[in-house]
Amino acid sequence: MSKNIVLCGVGGQGTILASKLISAAAMAQGLPVKSAETIGMAQRGGSVFSHIRIGEDAVCPMIAKGTADIILGFEPGETVRMLPYLRQGGLVVVSKRAVMPVTAALSGSNYNGEKMVTYLRSVVERIMVVDTDKACHELGSAKIVNLLLLGAAAASGELGLSVEDIRQAVIDRVPPKFHQLNFSALDYAANLK
Amino acid sequence: MHQEFLMGNQAIALGALAAGVRLVAGYPGTPSTEVLETVAKNRQENTYVEWSVNEKSAMEVGAGAAYTGARTMVTMKQVGLNVAADPLMSLEYIGVKGGMVILVADDPGPISSQTEQDTRHFARFSKLPCFDPSTVQEAYDMVQEAFEYSEKYGTPVFFRSTTRVSHGYASIQVKEVEEYKNVEPEGFVKDTKRWVIFPKLSYQAHINIEARNEELAKVFSQYKRNLLLPAGDDCKELKKGIATGGFNYTYVTEAMANLGQLRELKVSTPHPFPEQLAVEFLTGLEEVLCIEELDPVIERELIYIAGKYHLPVKILGKLSHHVKNSGENTRDSVLADIAAFMGRQLPEQGENGQAVPAPELPVRPPVLCAGCPHRASFYAVKKAMQGRKTIFCGDIGCYTMGNAMPLDMVDTCLCMGAGLGIAQGVGHIEPDTSCFAFVGDSTFFAAAIPGVVNAVYNQAEMTLVVLDNSTTAMTGHQPHPGTGHTMMGEVVAKVNIEAVLQGIGVTAVETVNPLDLDKSIEVVRKMAGMPGVKAIIFKYPCIAITKPEGKMAVDIDKCVGCRKCIREIGCPGLIIRDGQVAIDESLCTGCGLCSQICPFEAIGGC
Repeated sequence: MSKNIVLCGVGGQGTILASKLISAAAMAQGLPVKSAETIGMAQRGGSVFSHIRIGEDAVCPMIAKGTADIILGFEPGETVRMLPYLRQGGLVVVSKRAVMPVTAALSGSNYNGEKMVTYLRSVVERIMVVDTDKACHELGSAKIVNLLLLGAAAASGELGLSVEDIRQAVIDRVPPKFHQLNFSALDYAANLK
Repeated sequence: MHQEFLMGNQAIALGALAAGVRLVAGYPGTPSTEVLETVAKNRQENTYVEWSVNEKSAMEVGAGAAYTGARTMVTMKQVGLNVAADPLMSLEYIGVKGGMVILVADDPGPISSQTEQDTRHFARFSKLPCFDPSTVQEAYDMVQEAFEYSEKYGTPVFFRSTTRVSHGYASIQVKEVEEYKNVEPEGFVKDTKRWVIFPKLSYQAHINIEARNEELAKVFSQYKRNLLLPAGDDCKELKKGIATGGFNYTYVTEAMANLGQLRELKVSTPHPFPEQLAVEFLTGLEEVLCIEELDPVIERELIYIAGKYHLPVKILGKLSHHVKNSGENTRDSVLADIAAFMGRQLPEQGENGQAVPAPELPVRPPVLCAGCPHRASFYAVKKAMQGRKTIFCGDIGCYTMGNAMPLDMVDTCLCMGAGLGIAQGVGHIEPDTSCFAFVGDSTFFAAAIPGVVNAVYNQAEMTLVVLDNSTTAMTGHQPHPGTGHTMMGEVVAKVNIEAVLQGIGVTAVETVNPLDLDKSIEVVRKMAGMPGVKAIIFKYPCIAITKPEGKMAVDIDKCVGCRKCIREIGCPGLIIRDGQVAIDESLCTGCGLCSQICPFEAIGGC
């Protein structure tokens, strides 16, 4: 298997854990993994990304434009920003919830998340929009956006890793007290239609 | 051996431990910081590790350990190497007994640095051998080889990484702890002819260094990580070649998998340059494109070699404007550059979303965190000095972000500790300007103390503002001399900034909690009005190392919607929700600065 995966969002949303879980799940299948991610100043409220490349043929951890099989978008605007990386026919799994720039109040920015989702729907053939606010409310935690997106992506088949693979990665990489919550999020998203 | 998923910096650290490193010293700086942190986390019984006060100290501590025969590593970012340049330049003349690796992380972009300087130049300038890994696995393996070369040739060596190697991850093969090397140091042996630098010694050492580097150029031509790859069958007739090194080797490999394999030179030791291998590479080629980041180091070497050996080959790259000469390369830029060089069409990319123009994307600049005590400190100085002729000299750290609107409190920023000197210089020419220098606590110890001595000695007129948040926040909360603990896990006496200042002779020193706005303004006014060198220490811990005080809330019955709170301090915790000023509870730390600014007392704790 060879896969190029882009994760994107805003610092603090849990993209790094999601990236580690995908990498762990792929390694458990005996697959080589390379990745690169934003580290440093941007981690606080800035735009962040992870590139993950799974498979023998990946030499460089960075993904070229037009070659990502899947984009896991933690935020609609950031997903639009990363869209040039998606290959023709690639899949976008995106959270519906917009995160206002921290300077929005000051600059009077009219950033609108719905517009971004509408745009994504108009240009991407294969897209899953996850109502993460609704899911977080029902499951009682705001910190599960990453597992929701992972669950939806795994269930789609495009990730090349199953929901069970991700579940095992959670068991291996996440403290036990969060297991149940993370499993609920995985299953919730995997059963979305 | 077993497999681990590691960051490049972690791989370098584990590689050094596998090589039997006994002492590691460094100063934090992106993208180098995780190397030393990983050594500390995985240290063996006999490993000593420290965050030094600055890079110069780290280099000297490392040199001392290497004099005993111990394997040592020092770590820093590229601009940190400037600070360590003085001991480094002399150390090359003295040499080392134990292997000594100087890990320097360069930052193409730059992503989080003041300059795009290239450590490969420093290698040539200081005459040190330099290793330049291209992948995480290579970094792990190569750092162990770097120790061997260092010890064999009795010289410190550079291990130059760049952001994408240092911060990239890969699943790699690493050694078991039982396989780690254990190099027992012989101990320091007195010998003034060896360890004391005098002109006579330097003259002889210079002769030896030049001879050694000539030999190393030959040795490195055989080094297995300097590669000469033949052209693929479909590209043989082209008589074109690609030269690259470091992380760019991965961009080139991916691009040529796409376009066809040209003859390729991968340079893993930019200094001494593998000259014989380069001659073999150039012979028979008509044109060579050099793909590298930062400066055209490989390009200049190849131009020199082509001239020296009268080879009829054109060397192209940054100098000839075939590759951009600043910023990071990317998969796509390298693909485009090589395709143009080969005269080939770019393969169809199949990007999405180009037919319909995208809506305007949100801009997300880095800002001071909600509740950051620096915001309060800057605001107090701003209010106190309103209407006066001032200059606010900033420095390197989180507080550089005090330049953002609406605070707009950083007029200059140059390098670590420079704010002090700049404030003094401006003051000597413009005596009617009230000159302020802001410096963080870690930067104070690292680079500001000589500036204070200079100010006191030379009768400057200035106000020093120490922003003491009790940590090295920008690089991820490393301890420093003022925090009272070390990387060996010891609790030690804190070096007291106020006492240091008083010891230097700054007679007016006052410490104040910046979150008490009225008191802070009063202190700033008082100190600014006094003659000579004065110091204010704004002391309050970083929000990332302390528990929040609580949360603020807006009383909507009292709020008239003037938005003064938002306009004045620009805290990300203050948002507009349904047309009304509100608190983002997920960000607010309850610092209470906004409540002290609201003219209608509409913001309070809850």
